[in-house]
Amino acid sequence: MAKRVRVRSLMPPGHVRAPAYLRGKTGVIERSLGSFGNPEQLAYGLPAEKKPLFRVRFTMAELWGDQAERPSDTLDAEIYGHWLEEVPDHAP
Amino acid sequence: MPHDHHDHDHDDDHGHHHHGLSPSGHPYRQDDDTPLTYWQRMEIAVRELLIERGVTTAAEIAGQIDLMDSRSPANGAAVVARAWTDPGFKSRLLDNAGDASREMGFDIGPLHLIAVENTEDTHNLIVCTLCSCYPRNLLGLPPDWYKTRAYRSRAVREPRAVLAEFGLELPDSTTIRVHDSTADMRYIVLPARPAGTEGLTEAELAELVTRDCMIGTGLPRAPQTGATAG
Repeated sequence: MAKRVRVRSLMPPGHVRAPAYLRGKTGVIERSLGSFGNPEQLAYGLPAEKKPLFRVRFTMAELWGDQAERPSDTLDAEIYGHWLEEVPDHAP
Repeated sequence: MPHDHHDHDHDDDHGHHHHGLSPSGHPYRQDDDTPLTYWQRMEIAVRELLIERGVTTAAEIAGQIDLMDSRSPANGAAVVARAWTDPGFKSRLLDNAGDASREMGFDIGPLHLIAVENTEDTHNLIVCTLCSCYPRNLLGLPPDWYKTRAYRSRAVREPRAVLAEFGLELPDSTTIRVHDSTADMRYIVLPARPAGTEGLTEAELAELVTRDCMIGTGLPRAPQTGATAG
C-alpha cells in the first residue's frame, strides 16, 4: 500500500463505513490495523470477507479548503483497503 | 418572581395528573405516554423470541446490562493514572491500549482500543461521525451529547469552535488531531499529566481524570492546592 492514498469517490447504495465527507480526499497511511470482516457484508448478515483496514490521516486543509480553522490540524479515520487508491508521490 | 408560571401551566397542561407547580416550585413534566416506536417493538419481539427459543435467558440479559452499567469512566481514569506513573505501562498502552487495559484486569471483551497521547503541542479529540462508536467496554455508555448530530458533524469540521464551547481554548501553536471512529477501532485520549502532581499517588491522580478529558473535550482537573505533598 502506497503511503499516499485517495479515498475512492464512489457512492454505492447500502451500508458502508467510508464517510462521504472523506470520499475523493487524499491522505497518508498513519498505520495498518490488520484485517477485519467487511462491514458492507456484515451489515446484512452475510458471510464477510476479511479486508485490510488502515488509519488514514488527512489535513484539515485537504478536507475543508479555505474554510479550515487551522489548515495543518488533522483528521484520522479508519478506511478499508478496497476504498483506497494509491496516489503517486510525484503526481502531476 | 422566578417561579410565577401558573398561567402558562393552565394553558399547556393537557394531562389529568398534576396541575401547577411541584412542591419544589417547578412545573410538572408531562408523562411519557407515547406509543412504542417500531424499533422498540422490534427489540422486545426479538428479545422475547430469543428467550422463548432458549438461545438466551432473561437472567443473562440482565447480567449483561448490569455489566455494562458497572463500567464507568473510573476504569479509564485508572488506566490513565497508571500510564502517568509507570513508563513501561505507558509504552504498552500506546502500543496496544486494549491489551494494556486487560493487563489491569478490565473485562473489555473484544474491544480494539487505541490510545492517543496529548503532548505539549498536540491535542486529540475523539468522535464517531457515522453513529456513536465509543469505548463502552472500558468507559461505559457515552454522554448524550457525544451522539448528537451537532457534535458528530462539527467535531470534524470546526473542532476548535467545539472545544471553545466546552471551555477549552487551545493556542494556535497546538495541533489538533481529530479521530473519527469509522470502523473497528475505539479511541481513548491519554491526557498530559497536569503540572504540580509530582507528589500524588496513582489513586489520587486517577481522581483528576475526567470522562471528557479521555474524549478530548476537556483537560484533567488541576490538583487541589495543599493536597498531599511529596
